[in-house]
Amino acid sequence: MRAPTALILGTVLTYLSIIVALPLVALVWSSGGGGAADFWSSISSPEAVAALKLTLLVSVAVALMNAVTGTLIAWVLVRDSFRGRGVVNALIDLPFALPTVVAGLTLLALYGPRSPVDINVAYTRTAIVLALLFVTLPFVVRTVQPVLMELDPELEEAAVSLGASRWQTFSRVVFPNLLPGILSGVALAFARAVGEFGSVVLITGNLPFKTEVSSVYIFGQLESGNTSGAAAASVVLLGISFGILLLIGAVRHWTTRHDA
Amino acid sequence: MTRKLALRTIALGYLAAILIGPLILVFFRTFEHGFVDAWSAVTTPDALHAFKLTLIIAAVAVPANTVFGVLCALAVVRHPFRGKGLLNAVVDLPLALSPVVVGLSLFLLYGRGGWFGSWFLAHGIQILFALPSMILATVFVSLPFVVREVVPVLREIGTDQEQAAATLGASRLQIFFRITLPALRWAIAYGVVLTTARSLGEYGAVSVVSGRVAGKTSTATLFVEDRYQSFDMIGAYAASVVLALMAVSVLLGMNLLRKKEGVR
Repeated sequence: MRAPTALILGTVLTYLSIIVALPLVALVWSSGGGGAADFWSSISSPEAVAALKLTLLVSVAVALMNAVTGTLIAWVLVRDSFRGRGVVNALIDLPFALPTVVAGLTLLALYGPRSPVDINVAYTRTAIVLALLFVTLPFVVRTVQPVLMELDPELEEAAVSLGASRWQTFSRVVFPNLLPGILSGVALAFARAVGEFGSVVLITGNLPFKTEVSSVYIFGQLESGNTSGAAAASVVLLGISFGILLLIGAVRHWTTRHDA
Repeated sequence: MTRKLALRTIALGYLAAILIGPLILVFFRTFEHGFVDAWSAVTTPDALHAFKLTLIIAAVAVPANTVFGVLCALAVVRHPFRGKGLLNAVVDLPLALSPVVVGLSLFLLYGRGGWFGSWFLAHGIQILFALPSMILATVFVSLPFVVREVVPVLREIGTDQEQAAATLGASRLQIFFRITLPALRWAIAYGVVLTTARSLGEYGAVSVVSGRVAGKTSTATLFVEDRYQSFDMIGAYAASVVLALMAVSVLLGMNLLRKKEGVR
């Protein structure tokens, strides 16, 4: 009984250490190589701070927009019926399957300098939001959809028959049930948006203080040879990612407790 | 019912503006000047090499993460141990972490002056700016998918059948290969599809560690970016279309598997 357990656990931990843990330890180590003062001056440089602020700002905006559009799309996919619904449902996952750099290029084709619909948002903050909306599209839809499928429409009918308005029915009956799903979808979308690189790098033009997000800033610092600055900014992103994962874990814990 | 129609219009309009419209336009632009131009743009030696490299990387990363994924799921579900929460967080980390940070971490570990970099350099083994680091980066970013698909199924099937097999005298290996693995097959397949999609599409992490030598360390996604930067739009669009077609086949695969899973 004990030997296979030890073998499996040993293999798993070795693999994880080599692939994930060691590189990240090396990252944290390098960021602190010059001492705490150097680390602090790296992450508090005006360009780094501007990039981080912009990253957080657009990520919060995109996450909140996803809460609305994602819930709406999930609702339409579950409660509405129209021809081609299956195809639309399958297409929702496309941003997961499509390479991010291709996503950026496709958005640039429609909303860039050669736009056939005459909308050019290239090298603006709007472009960043657009790219992030594209790559984060599936998260809220896919966390809300299953909950909505399980939710009995009779519950809503009962509320309506008892005299509740449509808005009351949604806000008092449907929404509370969807909230945990929306929250974990929003958190995942936020995490994804904070770290996103491939889809924003082409479309934003990487103008420091204007359209430069943290991941692009890190890439730029590395290209110009400032590895310790890149490492310090990376540690900040690593901290945010870890924090969000813990938060999602807490939300999950909270919802399963409520289910019981 | 008009309200329903309004909501449907908003939802579909949003999807058209943000997802479907851009993709259709890229297909259109690719073949604007005829099929021949597009075809020759993705069959140049550099393009072919880039696609080949992407496939080689996926051919290593996907099996490695599949075996790891099943073992890790077994460890998490069947063999409780202390620190399981931390293990779960580390497994999920590649989902939330910026690919550039992943690339930089490998760069620091295997680069000149890195803990492993100096050793490999002294032994004449090139890790950074070469295939090994690109594989490591891809394995990192595509690590969670099989684990995340297999864990819930493993929990659901329980241990009744395995215990029954054990009382009938089956060995541990027999139980694993005859009982556990067949029950997990669709979950594993689904995870493999997701891992493959992530491996083929990885850009940020590979971009940092590859050194971007055209015709040497350029993958399909790096090729797209390189063509775009050189103002070769047909090349960029055509390579994007190839990658998009791969993505669409991944979607089809996912849907098929979802149906099979439902049948089971």
